[in-house]
Amino acid sequence: MDFFTTYIWPLIVMVAESLLFLVILLIGIAYILLADRKIWAAVQLRRGPNVVGPWGLFQSFADLLKFVLKEPVIPAGANKGIFLLAPLVSCVLALAAWAVIPVNAGWVISNINVGILYIFAISSLSVYGIIMGGWASNSKYPFLAALRSAAQMVSYEVSIGFVIITVLLCAGSLNLSTIVEAQNGPYGLFSWYWLPLLPMFVVFFVSALAETNRPPFDLVEAESELVAGFMVEYGSTPYMMFMLGEYVAIGTMCAMGTILFLGGWLPPVPYPPFTWVPGVIWFVLKALFMFFLFAMAKAIVPRYRYDQLMRLGWKVFLPLSLAMVAIVAAVLQYGGAVAAGK
Amino acid sequence: MIVQAIFFYLFACICVASAVMVIASKNPVHSVLFLILAFVNAAGLFVLMGAEFLAMILIVVYVGAVAVLFLFVVMMLDVDFSQLRQGMLQYLPIGVLIGGIFLAELLLLVGAWTIGPGIPQSITAPIPPVASVPNTAAIGQVLYTRYVYFFEAAGMVLLVAMVGAIVLTLQHRVRVRRQDIGAQVARNPRTSIELRRVRPGQGLETNP
Repeated sequence: MDFFTTYIWPLIVMVAESLLFLVILLIGIAYILLADRKIWAAVQLRRGPNVVGPWGLFQSFADLLKFVLKEPVIPAGANKGIFLLAPLVSCVLALAAWAVIPVNAGWVISNINVGILYIFAISSLSVYGIIMGGWASNSKYPFLAALRSAAQMVSYEVSIGFVIITVLLCAGSLNLSTIVEAQNGPYGLFSWYWLPLLPMFVVFFVSALAETNRPPFDLVEAESELVAGFMVEYGSTPYMMFMLGEYVAIGTMCAMGTILFLGGWLPPVPYPPFTWVPGVIWFVLKALFMFFLFAMAKAIVPRYRYDQLMRLGWKVFLPLSLAMVAIVAAVLQYGGAVAAGK
Repeated sequence: MIVQAIFFYLFACICVASAVMVIASKNPVHSVLFLILAFVNAAGLFVLMGAEFLAMILIVVYVGAVAVLFLFVVMMLDVDFSQLRQGMLQYLPIGVLIGGIFLAELLLLVGAWTIGPGIPQSITAPIPPVASVPNTAAIGQVLYTRYVYFFEAAGMVLLVAMVGAIVLTLQHRVRVRRQDIGAQVARNPRTSIELRRVRPGQGLETNP
């Protein structure tokens, strides 16, 4: 009986929590995918998907069925094991990052001390899905895409790392819930870190676009140069898992931006009636706002050239974020009053 | 406790098995992927020991950056590894000998390991208990106070290595055309477009 209460029952609770969270997350991702296409269509004065269900609301589920029912084709020259492992890796890693994301005070699957480092580590692993897929396809366009993505994601991880360090300096903790609580100030949304760390918020947003291979940095799947990049040889369910992993990673980046810069689950105005709204609703609204920015960037910004991408990462963002780390540290060390007032 | 033990043996077994596969697998890309698996399982062992900061840094630095560059290079190698392995039996005795010497030395070292009598007294700043201070803060408190000179020296060594690598490989080729981003961004219709009237039947002179 003792064994049951110490091990089995927590295990059941943990599995149930994770499953519930995953189901909600995946349904959310299905609608985010639809929203992406709808926003893109609206900017281009098209209707977007509008046939399946009212206003096309079931489009993502129809796509899911279509992908699952198709026959997976594995190229004869492909390295079979790695070819099938790659989409699995990219999908599972993207989902694993959500284990530490707090959507409300105390609403988190695993409240670990190094939450932000965990997300950073997981997102730095996500490049392997693309590299493995590109290499295992044994074909030139996927291979070129794999090389590009390796260089691109390593470059932008550096600036994301420095952005995270500035936030850590201000919050004084690596725990995501503590970072959100540290932004709980008297001025509501002006106490959140997006305002005092504004240049870093911009750097984070652009780096997040590059890290998730979103337009304007989608050189990994640039259809005008590489057909479909690392996904050329993929079809049916493996392709769908790549897509799913990509959108879950985008969701992770939106949640991360919300936690680091937009005050997580905190209400924008710290007075009723805003404080009556549950925190999870604020969290979702902020994450959706971040996603709207992602979608608008996709719709209105033309694709970067590869040398421009590298220049932006190494010659602009790296010095800027490095300087900001020094400035923020100096302000916190020597200007205690300024820091406390923010 | 029993759960910890199960996970310890799980991580340890996978770690050792994948380390063996790094040198045993035929394809170099598979070797690097097994190396990554070994790193990840080592990070799992760190977490079991309560060193979560080290675990995450191991993944970020080694798996996220170093191994990516390994893979980057190895994927582009065009080496037939079955050819390289042909002389294996010939070199096996030397390899076994060297490995045996290393193993013997390690065993001697571990067997003769004692902590010097002066060491426990010389630790003036005790490491705070893990329960009261998070792992990351504890490392920071030791690293930036007691060992700050070593830390700075390590940083300087890395900086010098980086500058050296850049100096050695950087070469200014004269005839390469470079991108001038400033000039590209500064272009506007007035400086880049010229409207010319072309008369029918006459054409346009190339140099007006």
